[in-house]
Amino acid sequence: MLSLLDRLKQGIQKTRTGLVSKVEDVLLGKKEIDADLLEELEYTLISADIGVRTANEILEGIRQRVDRHLVNDPSELRQLISEHLLGVLEASDRPLNFAAEAPTVVLMVGVNGSGKTTTTGKLAARFSGEGKTVLMCAADTFRAAAIEQLEVWGQRTKSDIIRQSQGSDPSAVVFDALHAARARKSDVLLVDTAGRLHTKSNLMVELEKMRRTAGRVIEGAPHEVWLVLDATTGQNGLEQARKFTESAGVTGLILTKLDGTAKGGIVVAITRELNLPIRFIGVGEQAEDLLPFEPEKFISSLFEA
Amino acid sequence: MFDSLSDKLQRVFKNIRGEGKLTAENMEVALKEIRVALLEADVHFKVVKAFMEGVRTKALGQEVLSSFSPAQQVIKIVRDELITVLGTHTARLRTANQPPTVVMVVGLQGSGKTTSSGKLARYLSKNGHRPLLVSVDVYRPAARQQLAVLAKDLGIPIYEGTPEETKPVDLARSARREAEISGRDMVLVDTAGRLHIDEDLMTELSQLKEALNPTEILFVADAMTGQDAVKSAEEFHKRLGITGVVLTKMDGDARGGAALSIRHITGQPLKFVGTGEKSDALEAFHPDRAASRILGMGDVLSFIEKV
Ligand SMILES: Nc1nc2c(ncn2[C@@H]2O[C@H](COP(=O)(O)OP(=O)(O)OP(=O)(O)O)[C@@H](O)[C@H]2O)c(=O)[nH]1
Ligand SMILES: Nc1nc2c(ncn2[C@@H]2O[C@H](COP(=O)(O)OP(=O)(O)OP(=O)(O)O)[C@@H](O)[C@H]2O)c(=O)[nH]1
Ligand SMILES: [Mg+2]
Ligand SMILES: [Mg+2]
Repeated sequence: MLSLLDRLKQGIQKTRTGLVSKVEDVLLGKKEIDADLLEELEYTLISADIGVRTANEILEGIRQRVDRHLVNDPSELRQLISEHLLGVLEASDRPLNFAAEAPTVVLMVGVNGSGKTTTTGKLAARFSGEGKTVLMCAADTFRAAAIEQLEVWGQRTKSDIIRQSQGSDPSAVVFDALHAARARKSDVLLVDTAGRLHTKSNLMVELEKMRRTAGRVIEGAPHEVWLVLDATTGQNGLEQARKFTESAGVTGLILTKLDGTAKGGIVVAITRELNLPIRFIGVGEQAEDLLPFEPEKFISSLFEA
Repeated sequence: MFDSLSDKLQRVFKNIRGEGKLTAENMEVALKEIRVALLEADVHFKVVKAFMEGVRTKALGQEVLSSFSPAQQVIKIVRDELITVLGTHTARLRTANQPPTVVMVVGLQGSGKTTSSGKLARYLSKNGHRPLLVSVDVYRPAARQQLAVLAKDLGIPIYEGTPEETKPVDLARSARREAEISGRDMVLVDTAGRLHIDEDLMTELSQLKEALNPTEILFVADAMTGQDAVKSAEEFHKRLGITGVVLTKMDGDARGGAALSIRHITGQPLKFVGTGEKSDALEAFHPDRAASRILGMGDVLSFIEKV
């Protein structure tokens, strides 16, 4: 077995060779911090989906330090950028909100195809691995075979599922599942919801209703609402996070598909603007391909040679 | 969400002396704003660079039209250039000389392949074809069942395979044979989602291509994709030679700059746009609409026509 840190490093290898090696390429052999160098750096950050605004903010900070002669050497820039990113991610870090009295209810939300169902399955594996009893709720009653997909994950992780038939009211399934979780004294209830674009107000209202239903059955539920975000998402991710936070009260982010070449830089803009912690990262399609997100380790693995 | 580009540009030109004319100097400021707009639309930064060069050259050689303000003029140049790059006409699916025509549907995980396969089957049967669907996604939980449900809802036949057929190539070959026997003129092959860096699964696609000799290989891309769109599209194209692109989830508010990146990098046409989860939410790609959207200005037409 690989250690957690090794797996994390392996998982974000692509990220590292992408962003960091590029920053290093840019800095290599440069004697002066000039406009060209800063422009190159801006492109490097933008290519990681960090966004023009956030990239410019980082660079503005650097420019000011250069003007005040606090930094002279391009080799110091790497450290500055890494510290800045870490600062952004750490500012929003906070402990998980597990319910004092079981069950802890987690609502999984996000746009279509981001990885909600898969991540729900991975979380079931993870929590049962920690000795918790897990119940899953198939609240995606819309997409073809979405319930069957979650059922396979139920078998894989030996967790029970609360389901109704396709087309039924998702809030009704949530209602059933919360009662079941309480009756069975499950530790964790994971609610998989249908993918929806944040621009569809009727679907966002449906999500609000699921959330209210949960709170009516168990006070304080859902305790966590995780927005599942595809690492390949570009600048639209920020708008997704805003709208889902408004309607569903998002409490954390999960970044999936980091095993590809995407860098997931949009989460920097999201955490910065919405003060949301990143909880887990997805690095594959199997149950074990989910890793806890730790800002320091993430950034340090990013910037390690 | 975003300040519209036209507002921004109008401000830019107001703040410049001699705003009445398009000069090399004030144009640089305008081009900077356009660069930001393109980057915020997720157009790949290298594509932005190349594109801006083209625009600059065009704009400098342009005669000053007294009926347009400089802001309007720059926008018109950029928009026209975008439309040119995106492709000036809407494409269609080609058919093989010898039926059945095989269409392979490929792309990254969760991009919308299965949904788009269902939509294409519906579109084809509405246009006088007799499609057969097949899913060769033997990996993702309930992936084949998903397509089966869609096919059933649409009343379009699907090749479900035998229990022994566990390999994608076997399933696809049998589906093709089934189409020949039952007189189906098109076979739509829904493949599993995969990363462009997954060597084994990319090889599997090459093998499928070899076995099926498809007329179309459609790359399904999510309109919300950021800078990485270029890398995945490039690799799929290099490995397979894609023949067209389906851009999904355009019913949201993503500006869809990936369209420009993918088109620029592969040279292959955008053929369809997905505008919803239901099977009828498929439209032909319109370069002019896509251009306005990338620029973050649904109002661009009225803005130019207002003169
Ligand atoms: N490579 C990789 N693929 C992933 C990861 N997470 C999910 N996937 C894949 O992404 C695709 C979509 O995942 P789903 O879990 O079905 O996504 P979803 O958000 O539930 O989709 P909808 O319910 O249709 O909105 C599937 O093919 C998954 O196997 C990941 O971390 N890495
Ligand atoms: N809003 C919207 N949703 C779409 C569109 N196309 C697909 N979807 C949704 O996106 C999600 C993923 O679609 P799928 O067709 O399962 O994607 P896929 O590429 O087959 O996924 P994998 O096989 O797991 O790689 C589903 O929730 C679809 O309903 C579209 O044009 N608009
Ligand atoms: Mg799902
Ligand atoms: Mg599929």
